[in-house]
Amino acid sequence: MLTKRIIPCLDIKDGRTVKGINFENIRDAGDPIELGALYAAQGADELVFLDITATNERRKTLSALVTEIARNVNIPFTVGGGISSVEDVSVLLQSGADKISVNTSAFNNPSLVDSLAREFGSQCIVLAIDTRFEEDDWYVYLNGGRVKTDVKAFDWAKEAVNRGAGEILLTSMNNDGTKKGFALDITGQLSQNLNVPVIASGGAGTMQHFVDVFETAQADAALAASIFHYKEIEIPALKNFLYQKGVNMRF
Amino acid sequence: MKTVIVKYNAGNIRSVQFALERIGVNGIVTDDEAEIRSADKVIFPGVGEASTAMNYLKERKLDQVIKDLKQPVLGICLGMQLLCRHSEENDTPCMGIFDVEVKKFTSPVDNLLKIPQIGWNNIANLHSVLFEHVPENSYMYFVHSYYAALGADTVAITNYVINYSSALQKDNFYAVQFHPEKSAEVGSRIIENFLNL
Repeated sequence: MLTKRIIPCLDIKDGRTVKGINFENIRDAGDPIELGALYAAQGADELVFLDITATNERRKTLSALVTEIARNVNIPFTVGGGISSVEDVSVLLQSGADKISVNTSAFNNPSLVDSLAREFGSQCIVLAIDTRFEEDDWYVYLNGGRVKTDVKAFDWAKEAVNRGAGEILLTSMNNDGTKKGFALDITGQLSQNLNVPVIASGGAGTMQHFVDVFETAQADAALAASIFHYKEIEIPALKNFLYQKGVNMRF
Repeated sequence: MKTVIVKYNAGNIRSVQFALERIGVNGIVTDDEAEIRSADKVIFPGVGEASTAMNYLKERKLDQVIKDLKQPVLGICLGMQLLCRHSEENDTPCMGIFDVEVKKFTSPVDNLLKIPQIGWNNIANLHSVLFEHVPENSYMYFVHSYYAALGADTVAITNYVINYSSALQKDNFYAVQFHPEKSAEVGSRIIENFLNL
């Protein structure tokens, strides 16, 4: 039986992990390779590396980093952040990334999703959506949440799946950073109506929140950052808790 | 020992090479016929679309080279599917080492099935030297929309709505639908078992 997935997310800037404290077993919390390998050893099912570097050198730095991650990490990983062309994706996949995620660039140029799916296959194209609930519905936000659009998250997700996105990474801006739980309604709406996996992101604070997002919203995977980086929740304990609550987990 | 990874237009070759490197083996990536024929072990990986991949192999006569190999061959993911008789993916005749059909996952009427299957699923009914010291129901990483049906050569079964072949074996040909190169320690064990044949 296919398991639900636990996915730590590492923010990368200039080749270094942005958040995190030192774990006993690693020398340098800023080293994304070491931290990624540690999470893999602890039982993380996948990793997401989000590059937030803004400099011109970013592409070169990132592909070199991706090669080193692929060399050292024995589980699948996704790379996202500022990817806007078929060529960007080609370089990252050839460097050893298993999947890439696109966000603003795909919204502004939806045919990018078609091109990427045709060129590389849907299985490696993750569509990331940042969404905020306003008045009556969940709307898409761009540029890391700074730019509002009038498009509903569900509509964009559905269109992107039709264009060939193989997975949706959905981040609720209302929930992100609150530690009050995932956005169960919009996650559930996507997960129960789209025939691709949905990764829920934003709001994880307790282990029960993961149970809720898997059982109530039927998310296929759950992503979190700070609770893992600051050791508020450790992956082995989380997976044990979920398993005891009846959620299928890999050990 | 010379280990060759067949180079063609179907992704994830780097990942396989790195997985070999992690267990101290140098994998030579090549599409050269002589290199492939002279290898002790041949790995035939792949992520992509069946007809494009088969056309590419045929144009270079690599399909015949692979079929003629007598040393151990390991097909991975699309590599496994191409070793089967035929794939529903763009109605593609494949190499026919394994006499099974490759079909597309379909949703039952009452249950929305996510396609591709992405993630960790268990492998059961293991009976191949590939799985020495690999426990029944070990979890492996899968990413695929098409699956090989069950058949006489099935040596591992996985369920995703239906039971299908997650591994096949016949003579010197071994094949796995999952990605051992991405399946943590247990995946590495399977690669080592293959290299130790």
